[in-house]
Amino acid sequence: MPAGGSNPADRRYTTEHEWIKPEGEHYVVGITAFAQDQLGDIVYVELPKVGDQVEAGRAFGVIESVKTASDLYAPVSGEVVAVNSELVDQPQSVNEDPYDAGWMIKIRPADSTELEKLLTSEQYSEQTGE
Amino acid sequence: MLRTIGVERVEQLFEDVPPDTRYPSLELPPALTELEASRHLAQLADQNVSVTDWPCFIGGGAYNHYSPSAVGHIMGQPQFYTAYTPYQPEVSQGTLQASFEFQSLVCELLGMGVANDSVYDGASAVGEAVLMAQRLTRRERVVLAGSVHPHWREVVQTYVAAREVDIATSRVSIEEDGLREQRVLELVDDNTAAVVVQQPDVFGHVRDLNGLADAVHERGALLIVAVAEATSLGVLKSPGDWGADVATAEGQSLGLPLQFGGPWAGLMACKPEYVRQLPGRISGQTADHEGRRGFVLTLQAREQHIRREKATSNICTSQTLLAIGITAYLSLMGPTGLREVARQSHAKATYAAERIGALPGFAVLTPRPFYNEFLVRTPVPTFELRHRLVERHILAGVPFLSGVEGFERTLLVAFTEQNTSSEIDGLVDALAEASRWPH
Repeated sequence: MPAGGSNPADRRYTTEHEWIKPEGEHYVVGITAFAQDQLGDIVYVELPKVGDQVEAGRAFGVIESVKTASDLYAPVSGEVVAVNSELVDQPQSVNEDPYDAGWMIKIRPADSTELEKLLTSEQYSEQTGE
Repeated sequence: MLRTIGVERVEQLFEDVPPDTRYPSLELPPALTELEASRHLAQLADQNVSVTDWPCFIGGGAYNHYSPSAVGHIMGQPQFYTAYTPYQPEVSQGTLQASFEFQSLVCELLGMGVANDSVYDGASAVGEAVLMAQRLTRRERVVLAGSVHPHWREVVQTYVAAREVDIATSRVSIEEDGLREQRVLELVDDNTAAVVVQQPDVFGHVRDLNGLADAVHERGALLIVAVAEATSLGVLKSPGDWGADVATAEGQSLGLPLQFGGPWAGLMACKPEYVRQLPGRISGQTADHEGRRGFVLTLQAREQHIRREKATSNICTSQTLLAIGITAYLSLMGPTGLREVARQSHAKATYAAERIGALPGFAVLTPRPFYNEFLVRTPVPTFELRHRLVERHILAGVPFLSGVEGFERTLLVAFTEQNTSSEIDGLVDALAEASRWPH
């Protein structure tokens, strides 16, 4: 296992189990492998609309699995510039490929320094005991 | 138990209740024996007048249709005789199958893609539909047609009361030549979530909704079509045909007794793409691991027992037993039977409108076409008129919209397949005679 366990080192993490990855001037957001494993089979992802404002630490959407429904929390503040509409018909992508095909939203950050306050892959792996 | 919770006397548990109200004297009459009590209750019950005793022309949201005796018999089956879906619902395959069939019938009746297993009643269905539209559009303002039943409009107010939602209601007035209503589209702005219309409206008018859905959608809002008299769907276009996004109905007309105003069941359906925002329970058909047909509660993550604070509703429940009654009624009547109920109700209303409209001092205010009820201008104050007809053992109708200016001399009358022509002639004679009395 590389440093950071199974969690890629090219991005940051939240204590609420979201990941956030810089991509050009935007950030891509999804949930971690640990989170999808805890949730079980994901059946629906409710996402915001392009143009919506999200606020760090506040809910931006809801994820439903066969056993529960949970809020999705924005790692940073900013404007939603894209949502993964593939998840409407393929919510299982979040289970199968949480770090790539299972991405949820892209954000134009309001403050680019917010990212550094989030967990590194090592810190996150430590938190989840991997 | 007192020792376990740390008190000595039961009275200590009630010490927070103010002393003067803690142990009120009830001043009850002397106790009766069971025999005496049952006689007393029977005497009290004899003072009631039932729609089976006197001719009934009362509508306005509750309709005296005939319910085949098999409906009551099926609802009385102990296997169904529980108002609640059990908490391990899949154990009760029969209940879930009945719910699934109910939903299928509701979809067909309302012309929509997906339905829930009912809500409390027609009024709360409209309230839920409004909340649903607000979630879907992320807008707040609600436009209600003034011709939606006033009680239903009040229920919508109650549903949104805590959120200071802007509700606009189109103006309705009585002019020389009949009822006038402001166009609802004039009230729609770019923060409007939904436009709510009733079909037929509360005055009985069958509205021309052509083009309304497109115009509402152009402004980014949703169209909610609510039905109070569900038998009308035997002959009229469905809400789905009119392009509704959410359709609701009161189910009472479909085989449920009047029973003093409820319990009844609210029908609620929507376009399939909005199913995630549809409140309430939804029964689904599936296959077990051996491929046999079975039924489950589905999409439960929308519901309050899983996501309380994000549930689509925390103030709804299915009226399962009543929905089963409606299922029995619709299954027994079939499309042909329902069409016949509607055709007869309409024919009787048409006959009555011709005769009442010809009486001196009376006029039919509801524009044509109407379905089975209409608003009548009366030459005398309506409360007085109703009272005079009660003396002649006729339940004349609803003195309409009491308190609203211009409606003091209007009576809403409704007709069903149960009204005979001699009953209608009796109503006409009584109206003519009552209006000749000095007042």
